[in-house]
Amino acid sequence: MSLFRGRRILAGTMAFVVAAALAACGSKTSDSTSGTGVSADVSGDTVKVGLLNSLSGTMAISEVTVRDSIMLAVEEINAAGGVLGKKIVPVGEDGASDWPTFAEKAEKLISEDRVAAVFGCWTSASRKAVKPVFEKNKALLFYPVQYEGLEQSPYIFYTGATTNQQIVPGLDYLKAQGKKSVYLVGSDYVFPRTANKIIKAYAKANGMTVLGEDYAPLGSTEFGTIVNKVKSAKADAVFNTLNGDSNVAFFKEYTSAGLNATSMPVVSVSIAEEEVKGIGTQYLKDQLTAWNYYQTTPGGANAKFVAAYKAKYGADKPTSDPMEAAYVAVYLWKEMVTKAGSFDVEKVRAAAGGITYEAPEGLVTVDGPTQHIAKTARIGKVGADGLITEVWNSGQPIKPDPYLKSYPWATGLS
Amino acid sequence: MTVLFGQLFTGVSIGAVLLLVALGLALTFGQMNVINMAHGEFIMAGAYTTYVLQQTITSAGWSLLVALPVAFAVAGALGVLLEVLLIRRLYARPLDTLLVTWGVSLMLQQAARDIFGSPNVQTRAPALLTGNVALPGGITVANNRLFILGLAVAAVVALTLALRLTPLGRRIRAVVQNRDLAAVSGIATARVDRTTFFVGSGLAGVAGVALTLLGPIGPTMGTNLIIDAFLVVVVGGIGQLKGSVIVAFALGVLQATGEYLTTLSVAKVIVFVAIVAFLQWRPQGLFTLRTRSLA
Repeated sequence: MSLFRGRRILAGTMAFVVAAALAACGSKTSDSTSGTGVSADVSGDTVKVGLLNSLSGTMAISEVTVRDSIMLAVEEINAAGGVLGKKIVPVGEDGASDWPTFAEKAEKLISEDRVAAVFGCWTSASRKAVKPVFEKNKALLFYPVQYEGLEQSPYIFYTGATTNQQIVPGLDYLKAQGKKSVYLVGSDYVFPRTANKIIKAYAKANGMTVLGEDYAPLGSTEFGTIVNKVKSAKADAVFNTLNGDSNVAFFKEYTSAGLNATSMPVVSVSIAEEEVKGIGTQYLKDQLTAWNYYQTTPGGANAKFVAAYKAKYGADKPTSDPMEAAYVAVYLWKEMVTKAGSFDVEKVRAAAGGITYEAPEGLVTVDGPTQHIAKTARIGKVGADGLITEVWNSGQPIKPDPYLKSYPWATGLS
Repeated sequence: MTVLFGQLFTGVSIGAVLLLVALGLALTFGQMNVINMAHGEFIMAGAYTTYVLQQTITSAGWSLLVALPVAFAVAGALGVLLEVLLIRRLYARPLDTLLVTWGVSLMLQQAARDIFGSPNVQTRAPALLTGNVALPGGITVANNRLFILGLAVAAVVALTLALRLTPLGRRIRAVVQNRDLAAVSGIATARVDRTTFFVGSGLAGVAGVALTLLGPIGPTMGTNLIIDAFLVVVVGGIGQLKGSVIVAFALGVLQATGEYLTTLSVAKVIVFVAIVAFLQWRPQGLFTLRTRSLA
């Protein structure tokens, strides 16, 4: 009897689940039919933009600073009269360091809030999660972080560096310094693995040897063995694509093992001013970083940006490359809209190519076909004060090449 | 040979970290059977204590030494607060305790984020602990790892002696072995519970101080450690310290060896497979406490 009752309950539950699933499918189909583009709501004297960053979870540490600099740009633009005479109203959402949440919140910003553009995402995983949402709805995302390249979406503008503007110049710098062998250390996810594929192809074509390649899971803080391996490999340099907290543990271990910038320099692509503060300058002294912007980058535009940021968020808050790229993204969107004379996504996209802006990092130009931006590569050295000073730059902005088509050694990468 | 010894030392020092992290839990979970998911956040509290002390005491060496007892007291006090406010009311409901302490862990993380900001903070390590000792044959041993190994051993010895020799230790063991009998013998079990929780949580604070030498100091640092800590106690066997000690070092060496021969991710898999296999064979863990208690 009890078994029978159990079965009835089970059957009831199953029926409910099936019904729920059908309902979900139903709503999905209706979504995609209406998904030929939700136009932004610009009827009043305001225009909404979406801010999609992780304010909680493991990525909050980085993404909160990006949110802060987007807000700064929005306020500045509003104070100067807004865009096409309309004030920008920012609508913030928390991606919570969870990729499905990013997709869900992106859908909400586009369909419910009807924003004209969305600024945000940090990890490649979150970008990959929202990409189909923006493409389906024909809405715009401005992505402000350096990434692994090999991507191009008609509805995403990439204002951070792609590989030929960060990783390849970093390798060029090592080569120019006479480094013949490298050891690769990275976090275990798409960015470091793709970056290392590119580094290995570069090394093969340029007479460098890759002595080893090790990955640590995101969040891993035990680097005894990896540092042991690095040390016994006796490489000329280490190329570091670790992300987040792992960097702290890695550099502490590295220093304890007696390694330093003189005996074996490390080039990092995910350590900016904010991360230097969290790792400790005593562990990072004179180590190298590859970015497009530093707080110390000279120029009036940067002096203004740094002063405004510190005035708003505190004198002890450093500015970093992703923050600058996010700040620039808002201004670039404003320039695009102004040139297009409309908030319409297709018109904005058509107007984008060739737009230039005197950014804190120097002059940047939007590349129409790839929707990336041309920017100057800068190699920096961590100083005792925790700031990074430039030791080399590419001299002029590098044209973005996300698929590395102009590099013969990169054929076959995808 | 050099590499082999280096790896052996790495394994032992991973074990020492595991042991420090798990030692407090061996008391609160192992002895009292409380599943405290906020244990990791007590570790975090210890680490932040070091950071706060360094703002006032400029000498890195002194601040670290002062941080050890202060962090013990801070984390212990947090533990007592948690015990008095919540856990005491849930002793017979382990699942509720798990959920409630998990909630507390999230609240403590957010509190740390609000007080210290979401980015990691840094502490300065004393110069003595940043270098390494060169042994004959090109072998180097990192000073901070040696310090942590020493601290772990000292903590185990102190805790063992305290449990064996002091009246308080005897009362703790009496309550663990048979709560009812202890109560009728005139032991104030509620007070013993509170003290046990204070010591267990305090040890988490000490672990936090040690971890500032190795890893990041941020709001989420505890969550990375809590699983490993539970593993050590479960595999070591509930109610016994020696099980946790042996298992911590065994897992450390296994992890280091696996990592050297394969990769970090594969090594983690190897460790987990070994643990599952071991628990199939001995579900009660390495050692068990034999009592005549009916519970």
